[in-house]
Amino acid sequence: MTYKKRYDGRNFTESREIEAKAGVIKRADGSAYFRIGNTVAYAAVYGPRELHPKFMQNPERGILRCSYNMMPFSGQGERVRPGQNRRAREIAMVTEKALLPVLNLENYPNAVVDVFIELPQTDAGSRCAGICAASIALADAGIEMKDLVGAVSVGRVDDKVLVDLDYSEEAHEEGGTADIPIALIPSTGEMTLLQMDGEITKEQLINALNMAKDAILKINIEQKNALKNKFEVVNDE
Amino acid sequence: MTTQKSELIAKDKKIAVPGEILATGMDFLPSNGTYRLSDKILASKLGVLNVDGKVLKIIPVSGRYFPRKGDVIIGKVVDLNFNGWRVNINCAYEAMLSVKDATSDFIRRGENLTKFFDINDYMVTQIINVTSQNLVDLTLKGMGLKKLYGGRIIEINTHKVPRIIGKQGSMVSMIKEATGCKITVGQNGFIWISGPPAGEILAVTVIKKIESESHQSGLTDKIKEYLDKNRVVPKQTTPVQESENDFEQEEPQSDAQSDFSDEQE
Repeated sequence: MTYKKRYDGRNFTESREIEAKAGVIKRADGSAYFRIGNTVAYAAVYGPRELHPKFMQNPERGILRCSYNMMPFSGQGERVRPGQNRRAREIAMVTEKALLPVLNLENYPNAVVDVFIELPQTDAGSRCAGICAASIALADAGIEMKDLVGAVSVGRVDDKVLVDLDYSEEAHEEGGTADIPIALIPSTGEMTLLQMDGEITKEQLINALNMAKDAILKINIEQKNALKNKFEVVNDE
Repeated sequence: MTTQKSELIAKDKKIAVPGEILATGMDFLPSNGTYRLSDKILASKLGVLNVDGKVLKIIPVSGRYFPRKGDVIIGKVVDLNFNGWRVNINCAYEAMLSVKDATSDFIRRGENLTKFFDINDYMVTQIINVTSQNLVDLTLKGMGLKKLYGGRIIEINTHKVPRIIGKQGSMVSMIKEATGCKITVGQNGFIWISGPPAGEILAVTVIKKIESESHQSGLTDKIKEYLDKNRVVPKQTTPVQESENDFEQEEPQSDAQSDFSDEQE
């Protein structure tokens, strides 16, 4: 079967349905919920707070510490083994690096901002959903940041370039696939995350990156609305 | 380069989110919570936009307390050192209260400091200094600064503190009057409430109510109505008069605080 159109009937440039909410976890300093299609991410931010162990402290600026966790029941039927593994640690690291360029933690020497990303349900694109949720949560925690980082995955399935792959597209066998998660600072257009799985031609890559940019600008609007709604809904009542 | 017309894009007194373009052109000036990117001014914090002439400022609505010199706060003793106490002030950094700033009593060498403050004791205190590394020094020498006995401590968002206090302390004195409680509001979001049990409970619910509804207009009237319906202390009765004297002592300190919060606004 050749790949002519998408399994769920979307356009090639269309991302899945997005839902974003801020302030979903009461005891956290900042929190967010971000859903893209069937991928759901929760992010909770605690801090700035005291950092232990002490050798990790940076006297020049505060540090960001991320954790990425897929819940045991979150996968495609198979139980995901709980706890940290190599994949989770890598994703936590790239999430940290994707978010750090927008944050200003200079006023918080020796302190830490903890970000916990939990995924109760995944259908590919989980690190992107995690980054989107985390940047809403960081803003909700009142941390100074230049912009909200948006992220989406783009890629190739057979000979088509498309935005926001779901699991069935990522696993498409015929013709091979490429999966490229991208994180972007919308106001400057700088990329803070770019990874790739698979093979893609130069032309297709350039095309994919442009498509990602448009998709992220749309995601960014949802992120901003999530934060505004948290405060302005109260205003209307 | 052509001279572009400066334009305010975001609305005054509305919520702005990080990365949102607030204004274009070079005529506006970025202040707290905003920054300039080429010819645009963007928000760098989540908060309410405040346009003051040409100066754009964001008043944050969320986030933890950040220590500032002069703030009157409530702290909790967490550790004792040779020369003083370490105090939790509800932020990322612990504060230091040294013996010389805590009391004017003569203290012998090696004396037991728990005589003055033990671990888990609360106090109303003022920040005298914050260093670049955010080392915080506290003092107890000043009007209304003292150790707190009894009562209960609740924690609220530090950015809602001016709402709890109200204009010239109107809100907090209204709660005091209706609940018969002594209330001290720390700038860091810790609130100390002490009074009859029913009054304390009412004060806690009212303060939580103010915290969650602080965005609404006509909040004072709403709270007044709620307090009148549930008040613990009946309006102007004789038996309460005795304890009223206690409030009198409380007054100068709460005034000092509300003045303080006005400065901040």
